[in-house]
Amino acid sequence: MIEINDVTKLYKVKGKEIVGVKNVSLTIEKGEIFGIVGYSGAGKSSLLRCLNLLEKPTSGEIKIDGISITKLGKKELREERLKIGMIFQHFYLISAKTVFENIAFALKAAGKTKEEITSKTNELLKLVGLENQKDQYPSQLSGGQKQRVGIARALANDPKVLLCDEATSALDPNTTKSILSLLKSINKKLGITIVLITHEMEVVKEICHRMAIMQDGEIIESGDVYNIFANPEKELTKTFISSVIQMDLPEPLLKNRKGTVIKIQFKGAIAEEAVVSELFQNFRVKGNILHGKIEYIQDTPLGIFIMELVGEEAEVKRAISYIESRIENLEVVKQVA
Amino acid sequence: MLDSILNILPDLNKAFFETLYMVAISLGVSLVVGLPLGIILFVTDKGLLFENAWIKQIAGILVNLIRSVPFIILLVALLPLTQLITGTTIGPTAASVSLSVAAIPFFARLVETSLREIDKGVIEAAVAVGATPWMIIREVLLPEAKPGIVQAITVTAISLLGYSAMAGIVGGGGIGDFAIRFGYYRYDNTIMLTTVILLIVIVQLMQVIGDGAAKAVNKR
Repeated sequence: MIEINDVTKLYKVKGKEIVGVKNVSLTIEKGEIFGIVGYSGAGKSSLLRCLNLLEKPTSGEIKIDGISITKLGKKELREERLKIGMIFQHFYLISAKTVFENIAFALKAAGKTKEEITSKTNELLKLVGLENQKDQYPSQLSGGQKQRVGIARALANDPKVLLCDEATSALDPNTTKSILSLLKSINKKLGITIVLITHEMEVVKEICHRMAIMQDGEIIESGDVYNIFANPEKELTKTFISSVIQMDLPEPLLKNRKGTVIKIQFKGAIAEEAVVSELFQNFRVKGNILHGKIEYIQDTPLGIFIMELVGEEAEVKRAISYIESRIENLEVVKQVA
Repeated sequence: MLDSILNILPDLNKAFFETLYMVAISLGVSLVVGLPLGIILFVTDKGLLFENAWIKQIAGILVNLIRSVPFIILLVALLPLTQLITGTTIGPTAASVSLSVAAIPFFARLVETSLREIDKGVIEAAVAVGATPWMIIREVLLPEAKPGIVQAITVTAISLLGYSAMAGIVGGGGIGDFAIRFGYYRYDNTIMLTTVILLIVIVQLMQVIGDGAAKAVNKR
């Protein structure tokens, strides 16, 4: 659906060149929710803004649905933009227009007739759950309601792609959840490809299918969200993941352990299997669970346990190799003294 | 004292309507010309809809040029133009020409300033929606800047009221001129005071109406 081909965006600030995006190549499939994560200044916003040419890439090509948008003329670009919705962190609604008029604006831009505009706007109001607010002005709405208007406006012309620029970063956790579930249902119901950028890993975990991590203008890691959560490679990725899945043991607690401390990660179906109980049945070791958690990412469980194994050294070793044969991700945090 | 006020009443009445006439005409002209000029000053700026350094520079210099000439000099310097447009160089109609010329760049700058206060993101969101520049001007810029533009009209109208006092130079008449001729030159403090109070009342009234209108159109 979206093909980003070796895109670079440089900015000139006071005669100096600053890298926004550096040699990024990425393919985003039709109908998926793709998340781009990074700290502020990592270039994710620049990259997103290149996708509807709010920023013109310095070099490289961007194709959306087979159309090379980097090569379009002004008028064609405008028409193409009707098919690329965008929502923003700060909503950017027209404060002098009512909710209805704000949504109608996008339809007017597409040259729709009055009747079409009225019926489509009402349909969109229903979709985002704002039928009762249609005559209110943005200043009378809550943050979540404003973002709903933004979403309705972005969806007005039945876009193929929805770009979300930190769409939930200005919202409280509950509102964030409701906006995310709205995006999720839109993705399912309308089959729209969603590209979102965020610095909140929680958002990615919640709704994204695939993701990329950006640092200093480059994509340093990308892939399936579940796989990245299960096997992060880069340091930054691990940092981001630990912001949502806290698995570190307090240092003093670790120090006082007499046995061998191991960290096991269960992936997918295995998480439901009784590996741990089999372990205690088959080997003469005692286990203390120090920490445990099962996260559901894309409805697939990812379990992480930290356990202390106490027993004879040889038996503990055999127990560990048994686990290793069953589970690919095992880490011995502390060997027995 | 009451007598002298009653005596000047017919003259004052005439002066009042002359002022109204001059301010109305020049305000009207400055709105019609100054609003587009203000929009041009804004949209030709860097990174905006019609980015164009040349137009921006030329319009900017023209505006500054007129604004830097003291009104009293402008009034005299524009006499040939006044003759050309109105066929005369005296009277309130003639005075309205230079008043308009002075008010256009003044109002244009105020419009530009109120457009500048719009969040750039709102404009960008409209661009992202696929709206044409013309549609963005009409449906985003103008509605969003409306409270500011209404304030600008108020300020321009009040400034015009002040400038119109100098219209006396070309026989424009009006309250200000009346105050100078009867009050100042003839040392008639009663007349002076009366006209000044009248001007204060008019300015207050303009401000109250302007503020009310600005508040009414403000949806922020």
